[in-house]
Amino acid sequence: MKPQDLNVIVATDCGSTTTKAILIERADDGYRQTFRGEAPTTVEAPFEDVTRGVLNALTELEELSGRRILDGERIITPSRDGEGVDIYISTSSAGGGLQMMVAGVVKSMTGESAQRAALGAGAIVMDVLASNDQRPPHEKIERIRTLRPDMVLLSGGTDGGTVTHVVELAEFLAAANPRPRLGSTYQLPVVYAGNRDAREPVAETLKGKAELHFTENLRPVLERENLAPAREEIHELFLKHVMAQAPGYKKLMEWVGAPIMPTPAAVGEIMQTIARRQGINLVGVDIGGATTDVFSVFGEGFNRTVSANLGMSYSVSNVLAEAGLPNILRWVPFDLDEAELRDRIKNKMIRPTTIPHTLEDLKIEQAIAREALRLAFVQHKQLAVSLTGVQRTRTVSEAFDESLAGLTLIDMRTLDLIVGSGGVLSHAPRRAQAMLMMIDAFQPEGVTRLAVDSIFMMPHLGVLSQVHEAAAEEVFVRDCMINLGTCVSAVNRGKAGAKCFDYAFEADGEQRQGTVKVGELKFEPLGEGQTATVRLEPGRGIDLGEGKGREIEAEVLGGVVGLVFDGRGRPIAVPDKERSSVLTQWAQALDAYPA
Amino acid sequence: MAHSYTPGLRVTAHATIRKERRLPIAGHVVVEQGAAVRAEDEVARAELPGDVDTVNVVNQLGIPPGELASYMLKKQGDAVARDEVVAETRPWLKWFKSAARSPLDGTIETISPITGQVMVRGAPRPVTVRAYIDGTVVEMEEREGVVIETTGAFVQGIFGVGGETSGEVAVVGDGPDAVIGPDDLTDDLAGKIVIAGALITSDVYERASGIGLAALVCGGFHDRDLRRLLGYDLGVAITGHEAIQPILIMTEGFGRIAMAAATYELLASHAGQRASANGATQIRAGVLRPEIIIPRVGERGTAEVADAVVMAGLTPGSHIRIIREPGFGRLGVVKSLPTGIQAVESEAQVRVVEVEFADGTSSIVPRANVEAIES
Repeated sequence: MKPQDLNVIVATDCGSTTTKAILIERADDGYRQTFRGEAPTTVEAPFEDVTRGVLNALTELEELSGRRILDGERIITPSRDGEGVDIYISTSSAGGGLQMMVAGVVKSMTGESAQRAALGAGAIVMDVLASNDQRPPHEKIERIRTLRPDMVLLSGGTDGGTVTHVVELAEFLAAANPRPRLGSTYQLPVVYAGNRDAREPVAETLKGKAELHFTENLRPVLERENLAPAREEIHELFLKHVMAQAPGYKKLMEWVGAPIMPTPAAVGEIMQTIARRQGINLVGVDIGGATTDVFSVFGEGFNRTVSANLGMSYSVSNVLAEAGLPNILRWVPFDLDEAELRDRIKNKMIRPTTIPHTLEDLKIEQAIAREALRLAFVQHKQLAVSLTGVQRTRTVSEAFDESLAGLTLIDMRTLDLIVGSGGVLSHAPRRAQAMLMMIDAFQPEGVTRLAVDSIFMMPHLGVLSQVHEAAAEEVFVRDCMINLGTCVSAVNRGKAGAKCFDYAFEADGEQRQGTVKVGELKFEPLGEGQTATVRLEPGRGIDLGEGKGREIEAEVLGGVVGLVFDGRGRPIAVPDKERSSVLTQWAQALDAYPA
Repeated sequence: MAHSYTPGLRVTAHATIRKERRLPIAGHVVVEQGAAVRAEDEVARAELPGDVDTVNVVNQLGIPPGELASYMLKKQGDAVARDEVVAETRPWLKWFKSAARSPLDGTIETISPITGQVMVRGAPRPVTVRAYIDGTVVEMEEREGVVIETTGAFVQGIFGVGGETSGEVAVVGDGPDAVIGPDDLTDDLAGKIVIAGALITSDVYERASGIGLAALVCGGFHDRDLRRLLGYDLGVAITGHEAIQPILIMTEGFGRIAMAAATYELLASHAGQRASANGATQIRAGVLRPEIIIPRVGERGTAEVADAVVMAGLTPGSHIRIIREPGFGRLGVVKSLPTGIQAVESEAQVRVVEVEFADGTSSIVPRANVEAIES
């Protein structure tokens, strides 16, 4: 069926705990997401068949929509007479998603490129093996042996470069003889995307030990990455091997009208589609119970990272372990005994499905979320970097700045939009809470829009964008993305209490203006769909993103929350002594919590 | 939402318990079908391939990889001892002779003319699988392992650390809400599985470790003490590999929480009997909880299989426990299950349950924050 003939679409995302189904229908004004159903995922025992959960979610969708979708255990396609659907599509992260190990010769060059290729394909990278990673050979071999990846991506060497080091990596792999995670009856798939001159000896080394697939070198020359062929090969093998081994997926693969995508790959697709069609730079985040994915699109550059152990339920205790107690406590607007906070976090870990009942508990959970998001973003910035090993001309200031900022592709000043997804953001009782969490965690600079995914349908739209890009974008803009508003932030810090900046704009026929002091957060309403031109006049020495003391005029977009004028500077510093009162003032500025 | 509450943990006096005992790789089963086994008996064994180490011969001898073969004193498959010379140069003057030696006892696995590396694999490592519970071998899978079945009491905890152990059940303290001190533990508890009230503190744990208890089972434990015990902040709830003694099993959660009366009474009623316990916990899809199994050897029951997943819904009259603040750990009975969504104090719009407590009071709680318990 041609894309333009698709009138009724059903999509599922088979997550590790829940299978979520949405119905998309074409009306006179275009495509809309109309109903949503969900059911527990059934990959694990006792069911061990993913299609049970899909059928249950579709049954709920039938009940809610009144539309017959199933004929017994068959999806009715195409649609006719108000029954059935024109296409069924799906994403999946059930059963732990796609777990990979990658290898490259130099950790910061081909190792990093291989990591980016695997992450972009939607994988969780379990380890990066490199010739120069400081581990002795026996440790590397032992590590490969103990991990049981679904797939290995082996790279290394530019074309015509080193053969020896690449073959050495293959020898480690052969010595470890790793078994795939799912199913013991097939050989571990290994994608080789390294120096083409090393293909033959690599094949010889891995003969009988792995199922080897060749693809183009992902770093043919130092100056250029070529990640697409490796990503495509990974997708194909994911469907052929990993999915086919997971319980019930063979059946599911017969039902779908387009290849099943790993959930994060689908979210990456929709992010890229939106950035491309709207011509913007964006950062997206999906904070789940176990993992947090961060996506960024800056110009032509797309990056995705997954923080495998940062999340709000299964991994909540790891946020504490990685961030440290003081970093979490700095966002809690009341005094709390450290031992009690520790016990509460662990109790959430062991009973991950519980939800905050009290306001105090909600604030604690949102404090943890800020740190999980912050850490995931730090990890993203570390991987989303310009290619190492490339000679480049630097400005004088860059030459003095050898820190991360000189390399990362994430430029906060040119960032247009931050999109948040995942329970703690999408289901925050007040949208202002989601906005504040994202501002505190990502610390946008200058003028930045913020939005959340209404009901977590980005994966569905990602896979839809492969089939019908325009439909996916229509639904994304109308039903998926909820504009929260715009944040205007000072980039540097000034003297506490001094003027940070003045603002003035016109909305609803009236002139609004005010002064934001250093350390202060101010709010102005500006509704959904409304835009305004804001004139900003910085205080002495203050930079609003275009240089110290420079005035700015910017177009801002309203939203369900509105405009936030942030005079706290970057990085945000929460004063230790007055923590409770300061955090309370910030929250009150946005009316984030009930009094 | 089909299941908006947490399925409760299993606490059962009579269950048929089956434990699969599998080798990590193919090996040999060393017991017969129908054999009666004790927890510590070996039921299967295998040999894991030995560790691999490398010798970069070309670097050590200063030769090109292509010529490696002519300098090798050993060939693929040859046995070598640690420090034995595997390759050497043959210069005219002996002074200039250089040699490459094996880093371990083992076998030459590969000699690479491309990288110039020689891989030496060490001796295989034996692995044995024990029965873990007293019972009967009811299933055998050649070269893979066995299934042991027993009948008895089965108790799941909420979280544990440490692996499998066995010993006699002993009770210390005055009931499920007691907090015992180090002096309550006596030397005769060595090797036993000790049931001890609402909270174990780190000084009690240290004393237990000094005596050599097999396991400590309690209502709760503080996270700061767990950190002290492990030496690190536990990030992800995947446990069981910790080399600690005694193993620790919490039945309720972190903090001071009285052990559920049913759990305490069941365990206490088996004082003096042999039991098996495992602290291994994994809280992800395919949840694994710590457990205590008290077999009744020789008795073949018809009771339910403990491995079965219970997903029955809540109904008025169901016994529940609150598993989040406020009132964490409180027990009650479902009074009603209001349909529709309600806002709770946090303003979250959720499905709720009305719970009645023993003192006659009642309260509205998110359904996600209660867990069913067996009455």
